[in-house]
Amino acid sequence: MFGYALRRTLSAIPTLVLVAISVFVLLRVVPGDPALLILGDAASAESLASLRRSMGLDLPLWQQFSHWIARVLVGDFGTAITNGQPVLPLIIDRFSVTAVIVLLSVLLASLVAVPLGMVAAWRQNSATDLAVIAGSTLLLSVPSFWLGLMLLMLFGVWLQWLPVVGYVGFGENAAIALTFIIMPVVTLTLIEIGQLTRMARAATIDVLRLDYVAHARAKGLSEGVVLFRHVLPNAFAPTLSLIGVILGNLLGGIAVIETVFTLPGLGRLLVDAIFQRDYPVVQGCMLFIAAIYIVVNLLIDLAYPWFDPRVAVE
Amino acid sequence: MVFNANMMIGGGLVGTISGVAALATVWTPFSPTRVSLSSRFQAPSSLHWLGTDEFGRDVLSRLMVGAETSIGVALTTTVVALVLGMAIGLTAGYLRGWVDRVLMSLNDTLLAFPGILFAMGLLAVIGPSKWGIVLALGLAYAPTVARVVRGSVLSLREREFIEASRALGNGAFYTLIRHIVPNTVSPMIVLATSLFGLVILSESALSFLGLGVPPPAPTWGNMLASARPHLERAPWLAIAPGTMIALCLLGANLLGDGLRDLLDPRSTR
Repeated sequence: MFGYALRRTLSAIPTLVLVAISVFVLLRVVPGDPALLILGDAASAESLASLRRSMGLDLPLWQQFSHWIARVLVGDFGTAITNGQPVLPLIIDRFSVTAVIVLLSVLLASLVAVPLGMVAAWRQNSATDLAVIAGSTLLLSVPSFWLGLMLLMLFGVWLQWLPVVGYVGFGENAAIALTFIIMPVVTLTLIEIGQLTRMARAATIDVLRLDYVAHARAKGLSEGVVLFRHVLPNAFAPTLSLIGVILGNLLGGIAVIETVFTLPGLGRLLVDAIFQRDYPVVQGCMLFIAAIYIVVNLLIDLAYPWFDPRVAVE
Repeated sequence: MVFNANMMIGGGLVGTISGVAALATVWTPFSPTRVSLSSRFQAPSSLHWLGTDEFGRDVLSRLMVGAETSIGVALTTTVVALVLGMAIGLTAGYLRGWVDRVLMSLNDTLLAFPGILFAMGLLAVIGPSKWGIVLALGLAYAPTVARVVRGSVLSLREREFIEASRALGNGAFYTLIRHIVPNTVSPMIVLATSLFGLVILSESALSFLGLGVPPPAPTWGNMLASARPHLERAPWLAIAPGTMIALCLLGANLLGDGLRDLLDPRSTR
């Protein structure tokens, strides 16, 4: 068990390094000179050359990379070109908005989807099962940003129960902040329920066919105990892996939801930086999101043996 | 061959939308880009079946041209991802050794990015355009294909018929093309269908963010983005493009489910 945890943790390190290299390379092949971008077209040749020197752009690429990675390791992601702010505090500030929405929606979706998928699998091919499949396939096919717009139209514009534009932080006024995140959280929860229910159902069907389930039933255990005590842990493991993938996709694609609901989150920061060609911010956001994705998947893999001890044995 | 209900409905949806896309290349009821300030924000009527937008452009015509763009981008991107992914997966799986290790660690690096994030990073560099989207999403989804292909090659190459081909004196490349590739076709068809849906979704999301095909060319994503400020005045602007995306995704999902049931009889899902 400990060996598994150690192996898995160590294997994340080369991935992180390769991810850092690819983010660096990706944004260094940018056509155009970062120094020119900062100073503008009117800059003189001398000031360009001196800024290039101070930014280290005259060094060979591998030295630029080693300097950059050394700074990143101590939390210095550089400064934003557009407003001169340090990038990492900017990212963390915006991430607090994103993290609340993403975590809440994943939690809510799991609480609904896992029991729903299990019941559907338990009653496979019944009317309940077909209804669950149809519902989740439908949810799977609705783009999150469109569902968001429809909720916004219904509850924001027509019924006027919830605010349409703006954001208030939880630090300022928790009750008002809540009204701003209800719709984004509900939107994402519904979308994730579609994916998770299908996975929970499929995993449960696989587990229900195993001999040990027949054995548990033969022992005279009630269906409730069989499902909850014996099927759930095994069926939850693959669902847990999918939750990791979903978290990553959510973080990558969160910009659309933040655009619909005008939330100042990490995704919006990234998209705005792309438009403003603010490459230190783009670089920082990509590295941050990819690192979180890797760490979340690591944590999930570490929790996996708890549900399915076979993976730790190799 | 047995056709199932999922496949019929899914295929029907995707087929119909593709038909509309094909029609849009030769005919639309109105010009999709002609601005007419006298007919702004007209509700759906017998003249403009789906109404007009903030510039007085016909929504139905724009939806049709949007279908052409979305279907075109999704098809080319899926092909790009499949060809790239198959090339990587076949090479890695068949040659094994250091080639496999190098290719797969690069592949896993790309997989460590959520697909759409990687595409956004690439688009930040190459700038938003139709071919930019195809390239970015193709590269973003190729690693998934490579993983699946490599997996099936690794299990196939241990089978007797591959050994037989080698014993007959066939070269590695010939064996690969003649005997291994045909056996990866059915998982690839299923994967391609789900990629197609994924690309439709990602392309519309990127267009929604303004990173896709630039206006005034209509896409379902950028139509939704420009509908956001007019939700109160013109709700039809937000309803129609989203319905198209959802129908297209539903079609791809059902088609994928149906094909999997058909091609992989062991599957119980």
